[in-house]
Amino acid sequence: MLYREAGDFKTSYSADNQTFPIKFDRLGYYTALIIAFLVIPFIINDYWANAIFLPFLIYAIAALGLNILVGYCGQVSLGTGGFMAVGAYACYKLMTSMPEVNIFFHVIISGGITAAVCVVFGLPSLRIKGFYLAVATLAAQFFLVWLFNRVAWFYNYSASGQINAPERTVFGIEVTGPNTEAWATYLFCLVFLVASALIARNLTRGMAGRKWMAIRDMDIAAEIIGVNPLKAKISAFAVSGFFVGISGALFFSVYLGAVEVGEVFGINKSFLVLFMIIIGGLGSIFGSFAGAAFLVLLPVVLKVVGVDWLGWPTDIVAHLQLVIVGALIVLFLILEPHGLAQLWRVTKQKLRLWPFPH
Amino acid sequence: MPEQLAFAIEVFLNGLMSGVLYALVALGFVLIYKASGIFNFAQGVMALFAAMTLVGIQNGQVPFSHLINAILGTHIHHFGWHIHSVLAIAMTVLVMIALAWAVQKFVFRYLVGQEPIILFMATIGLAYFLEGFADLMWGSEIKTLDVCLTANACLPQGINLAIDETTYNWFGYGFFIDNLDITATIVAIILVIALVAFSQYTKQGRAMRAVADDHQAALSVGISLNFIWVLVWSVAGFVALVAGIMWGAKSGVQFSLSLIALKALPVLMLGGFTSIPGAIVGGLIIGVGEKLFEFWVGPLVGGATENWFAYVLALVFLVFRPQGLFGEKIIERV
Repeated sequence: MLYREAGDFKTSYSADNQTFPIKFDRLGYYTALIIAFLVIPFIINDYWANAIFLPFLIYAIAALGLNILVGYCGQVSLGTGGFMAVGAYACYKLMTSMPEVNIFFHVIISGGITAAVCVVFGLPSLRIKGFYLAVATLAAQFFLVWLFNRVAWFYNYSASGQINAPERTVFGIEVTGPNTEAWATYLFCLVFLVASALIARNLTRGMAGRKWMAIRDMDIAAEIIGVNPLKAKISAFAVSGFFVGISGALFFSVYLGAVEVGEVFGINKSFLVLFMIIIGGLGSIFGSFAGAAFLVLLPVVLKVVGVDWLGWPTDIVAHLQLVIVGALIVLFLILEPHGLAQLWRVTKQKLRLWPFPH
Repeated sequence: MPEQLAFAIEVFLNGLMSGVLYALVALGFVLIYKASGIFNFAQGVMALFAAMTLVGIQNGQVPFSHLINAILGTHIHHFGWHIHSVLAIAMTVLVMIALAWAVQKFVFRYLVGQEPIILFMATIGLAYFLEGFADLMWGSEIKTLDVCLTANACLPQGINLAIDETTYNWFGYGFFIDNLDITATIVAIILVIALVAFSQYTKQGRAMRAVADDHQAALSVGISLNFIWVLVWSVAGFVALVAGIMWGAKSGVQFSLSLIALKALPVLMLGGFTSIPGAIVGGLIIGVGEKLFEFWVGPLVGGATENWFAYVLALVFLVFRPQGLFGEKIIERV
């Protein structure tokens, strides 16, 4: 009843082209923004920030990035963990070598550096496709992790081989280091997420996005109608790398604070982000959010139910989590290859006709 | 003979041996890929699952005992018997066949005709599922695997003294070659011959090749695709079991066993996804290449290059020959 386009008259071209054409969607979007910016910061505490909100925000950025590459441009990448590591280490080097610059810019520059690295590893995509490419991106994953492990310059010759985030402030409020407040880190990540989502959304519905989708659907046909595959694929790798790099930088500096590369940015991280976009929905901005939320919440819920309520040992719950995640992936691919986003789309379609479906 | 050269040859031989083990895993990939177009990422986890099942059956472990104990508050762990290796292997083969059937019945039957990349991602999901399932079933602690025919005829371990002695007499330098690697090589050769014989001379094997060539043509001459796919997954399960035994005996049955699948991927890229000889040659090249690279270049750049060398080699190689050494030429049409 509420969810209708009827009565919502568009009088200008830009109004017709807006992201959320239906009033109810627009209201929902603004409400979500208001709650995220004006309500949650006042009620958030350390547990909620560290267990749910920070990982969700940061993974959502990574999922956005990977979704552009896999969901929109069709180039499967298993190197996300490695690229996140590039973002993290770039951020660390920048933070320690240029302490006078605001961390906000460090994070953005780390994104740029990751984009450059991502482009280098994306170059083979012009020759190889499908899972040949997927396996080739594994080269990035293993090589980058090895590089950050072995070359001491990257971790400033520290004895432990770890990198630790020094204390940095934005507007005089600490966002990294040990003495941060939950709301400050939350807001810092939220700003990046909202900006990333806006950029991603507008890129994907513009010319760049259409080129990516043309390449995804059939690259030879796309080439024939005048899409330059070199530019399209490389730009997808660059944009994807930018977002993934930002998420890696935030993951290290704001969320964890100290990182050992093999443990944090291993191959499992690549799979985790890939699972997020499969479950959330390939080729959908909303899907990146939904998938990230789902896979961040699932372990928390399982832990609360399994360990706290039923009193099972943690290792059994961890194994059970593997089983559930694996089964869910298969189930989603069978039942709904377009993920949670498609379920949401179907629901919206039903809502339009509700309560009189004929 | 100069010491350095002898040492290099030894590294080369050891590389060949580990290449055989990589090829063993890669074989399972090729079988499934040829017959069903599925790139089975779960092959490594299948090897882990097979090895864990074998150990579990041998030691008479109660399946899911940890889970049962957690739910019911009981304390059961073992049946209290010990099963002979040969019988245990036979039972594990049955489990792998059941697994193949279940995978076909519950997963891939519903995904027929999907894009290859979707199938690939489904096998990643399957890999996670199997990994958690195996841990739930048998527990995640590191187990030792001993396969013995009789009480004192087990899989050999340690250095082969005969080779050490002979080469010492010949060259003045004793080669260090692991007994287990030699066994693995022999087993792999037998396995490949058996597979070739199976696919050339039996009815089912020919049907398998027909399906690999053309699904629809195979259907039209009355070959049951479902049956062939279960068969192929079973054969791949058997190959996984052999790989699991070899790797498990070498480094213990533990989670890292499933990572050998990741090592098999560059082997496949190098050799081509569709070629059994490609898997073997690719495995040998990767095995030798990474050992020699670690030997010569490794010390210069800080070591542990084995983690990534295979991938970078395959990546560079693919840029020049996208279908791999022996792969079928990729033809694309609009």
